[in-house]
Amino acid sequence: MKRSPQDIQASSRLVTRRGLMLGGIQLGVIGGLGMRLRSMQLDHADEYRMLSDGNSIKIRLLPPARGLIHDRHGALIAGNEQNYRVTLTREEAGGDVAQVLRRLSRLIPLSEQRIDELMEEFSKRSAVTPIVLADRLSWEQFGSIAVNAPALPGVTPESGLSRVYPRAGDLAHVLGYVGPVSDYDLSKIEEPDPVLMLPEFQLGKVGVESKLEESLRGKAGARRVEVNSAGREMRELGRQEGQQGATVQLTIDAALQNYAAQRMGEESAAAVVMDVQTGELVAICSSPSFDPNKFVRGISSTDYKALMGHDHRPLADKTVQGVYPPGSTFKMVTLLAGLESGVINGGSRFYCPGHTEVGGRRFHCWRRGGHGMMDAVQSLEQSCDVYYYELSQRVGIDRIAAMARKLGVGVHHDLPMSAVAEGIAPDRAWKKARYDQDWQIGDSLNASIGQGYVLASPLQLAVMTARIASGKVIQPRLIRAIDGVPQVAPEFEDLDINPLNLRQARAGMDAVMNGSRGTASRSRILPDEWRMAGKTGTSQVRNITAAERARGVIRNDQLPWNRRDHALFVCYAPYEAPRYACSVVVEHGGGGSTAAAPIARDIMLFALAGGLPPLDAVPSGERAAMEERHNAMHLYTPTPPQPGRSRA
Amino acid sequence: MSYLDYQVAQVPVGWRKFLYLNWPLVILLAAVSSVGFLMLYSVAGGDADTWAKPQMYRFAVGMVAMIALAFVPIWFWRGISVFAYVGCLLLLVAVEMFGHVGMGAQRWIDLGPIKLQPSELMKIALVLLLAAYYDWLGTRRVSRPLWVLVPVLLILLPTFLVLTQPDLGTAILLVAGGGIVMFAAGVSLWYFGAVIMLVVALVGTVMESRGTDWQLLKDYQFRRIDTFLDPSSDPLGAGYNITQAQIALGSGGWSGRGYMQGTQSRLNFLPEKQTDFIFTVLAEEFGFVGAFSLLMLYLLILGFCLYSALTNRDRFASLMTIGIAGAFFLYFSVNMGMVMGLMPVVGVPLPLVSYGGTAMMILLMAFGMIQSAHVHRPR
Repeated sequence: MKRSPQDIQASSRLVTRRGLMLGGIQLGVIGGLGMRLRSMQLDHADEYRMLSDGNSIKIRLLPPARGLIHDRHGALIAGNEQNYRVTLTREEAGGDVAQVLRRLSRLIPLSEQRIDELMEEFSKRSAVTPIVLADRLSWEQFGSIAVNAPALPGVTPESGLSRVYPRAGDLAHVLGYVGPVSDYDLSKIEEPDPVLMLPEFQLGKVGVESKLEESLRGKAGARRVEVNSAGREMRELGRQEGQQGATVQLTIDAALQNYAAQRMGEESAAAVVMDVQTGELVAICSSPSFDPNKFVRGISSTDYKALMGHDHRPLADKTVQGVYPPGSTFKMVTLLAGLESGVINGGSRFYCPGHTEVGGRRFHCWRRGGHGMMDAVQSLEQSCDVYYYELSQRVGIDRIAAMARKLGVGVHHDLPMSAVAEGIAPDRAWKKARYDQDWQIGDSLNASIGQGYVLASPLQLAVMTARIASGKVIQPRLIRAIDGVPQVAPEFEDLDINPLNLRQARAGMDAVMNGSRGTASRSRILPDEWRMAGKTGTSQVRNITAAERARGVIRNDQLPWNRRDHALFVCYAPYEAPRYACSVVVEHGGGGSTAAAPIARDIMLFALAGGLPPLDAVPSGERAAMEERHNAMHLYTPTPPQPGRSRA
Repeated sequence: MSYLDYQVAQVPVGWRKFLYLNWPLVILLAAVSSVGFLMLYSVAGGDADTWAKPQMYRFAVGMVAMIALAFVPIWFWRGISVFAYVGCLLLLVAVEMFGHVGMGAQRWIDLGPIKLQPSELMKIALVLLLAAYYDWLGTRRVSRPLWVLVPVLLILLPTFLVLTQPDLGTAILLVAGGGIVMFAAGVSLWYFGAVIMLVVALVGTVMESRGTDWQLLKDYQFRRIDTFLDPSSDPLGAGYNITQAQIALGSGGWSGRGYMQGTQSRLNFLPEKQTDFIFTVLAEEFGFVGAFSLLMLYLLILGFCLYSALTNRDRFASLMTIGIAGAFFLYFSVNMGMVMGLMPVVGVPLPLVSYGGTAMMILLMAFGMIQSAHVHRPR
């Protein structure tokens, strides 16, 4: 199509006309923008400058309430309490701060020394900065200050939330505690939530409080306030409430945990109770404990030194951080490794003369006279060491180590607790890598009875027992629900172990408790529906020299505490339909059957009975001691909340 | 086709095209972008790596793209206008189905390194197609109802798609940008009058619909209107932003608080200060002098574009130039109007100054087409 010159000209004229009109409109708009700019920046600049310099609008964060933590039955184990405090702002005190402080000292205890300290602080700080005079006031003190406010210019009673652990030491190692945010904490976080900068904000430091910090923290709210040039709030413009952190429900049964803590008393010990079907940790208790509330409130240096200097290490969580030679509780591992490899079957027998000689070294059975002929079940029942010396030479360490890992020893278990230890299931490669030495046959013998390089935490021993009892790859779990959403137990797979062989190990554990020569028969449970199977362990922490052996091994109660044997015990019940598995370690407690087994039995009975164990569930010889212990206990009974003091 | 009518032989060829670029326009674009770099350096607290450097890098790439596009003959752009429009339409449908949802709206297609925002491309493609349409239509039929209906539909189709994202700001810009081309092409003023009446009626109905079952806008859109009408009605939300933006802007005074001295922006009172609210930082730190200078730079860009359009005898070239310059005008005037409290808060960046990858690239490429029209104008 050819275009005529007239057409082009007509188009050009039209476009020019419209283009100019458009340009005019655009110029008009730009002129309007310019006028507006002029009006704002030239005519009204002073007003805006004043708003900018003086009456600024500031954001004040409202810290969110930390999420609550409940036990499996909904009992509160970590909550928040009102923390009442008073602050004073010098600018508002009308000049005579000392006078106000003196008046205040009649309402709340303020020593002369404290007043002097405060006066010095006031002289250093800006007149508009509120300074905390006292915190953790009682409701009565707080109320009396509020009532007397007119006589106390500048004094503001304030309330905030602070973490409180109603069960004190019972769950200290599980929950951990919160504390003020340190510079070190901030340095570890990439983009810290601004709420962490608030001076009174509390952050999870260890344990569940730390591992579930994200869920528990909640979301900060904000207030938009107008402040004057001195920084004082003039009015609140708007408010957005924060969102409380998620409520976390643990699998722990606080009543059982409390009983376990009381039962272990002052012993340096650990107990783990696990649900055999779901892997839920019903109790996981390390003794002695400490009061986490002291850490929240700021622990005094004397208290802290006392905790640090205590030889029973109250701050350490022995259940997951502590690793011990498992001693004879490891024999199920060696036995199963032997059965699974086909080296022996349940009927295979070894002769125990009381010792065995390998590579010029003599390895002793705990029973000097020897056990005679032993089969698999008998070897567990009487805990014959020679049986395992013989067995380990035929099975080899690598298969024993593989079995240990299969049962959960020497592997990491993922729990939201601090410093969960991995333990050691040693094999040739491990020793080569760790010590650059070849594996010796003597190492195998030691490992076969859970001595030498083998190390396991009480948690791992409980997992091991749960796996033997259930025949499934049970994984430990600590979180039951977050914000009401249940954390569903996974479908655990079957263990890759022949069920017939597992039955041999279980029969052996049953014989330990209920056989005529069982090492822990004194701690058996009588009612058939709670029948318990277990295994004792006593692990040496010192070498017994040949000379000492010749003189006669020194008995534990004649040794200093920290040279005595560790006492261990693992068990599960009921034998026919396992519900709970339990492990108990008593550091330097002496024999597993005397020190650990009774504790484990009592804790298991409490779990099975759902309350204080009935006395007729234990052999008659044990009842008097048990009753005496129960009378001496101060078990936790929840107190109903007092009106007015709970949560505002 | 119509270029055969002109003396194509006089159009510069090869590297000589370089000399025929609209150089004042190039310099003005660079000047405005430099203001952007300065401000981005300032809002990052004196750190170039945060925003200024990436922006400079994009500007460099965009400039090269602009000059490359300027070398492409203008008749090529007219030739592909239909395909560009259809392509953008397909992309808009694609974003509807697979797009990345951000800030409650589906706007992005994630192509690995680039986040493609088809609605940005559509603004340019629509201008191209409408210019080509009116070039083909000639002058005599422009105001006949049937021939008015066609471009209206061409505008409404992408607008509808953008509205469903939902992105009210871009939808308004699309309608206004298309309207500018129609206006320049000479569509009778009666139509524009009728549309304005219609819009007034529509706004009335929309406001009426609030709170009823047939509510026509999302709640947040109504809230924006509320905030616009009375910023103090929502001191915690958008009204807070606007209040703070105005305080920043007004407190700049005649000469401002000095570079990197703006208290409002320093103290984080300003929201999105590197994107939509960057003008307030400029106004606070350089005062009326700085803000007005930027406005004048924009005015000069518009002026050079308009001059180039009016002296170009080719209908497509001049309509396209007016259309793109009009879109540019809408961008900065809406953004400035917004931060000065003359318009509701719609997320429109300040062109060439705000931090933003694709927006700047696409804008510079659009200016490349204006340059192409300038280089290849009939002589």
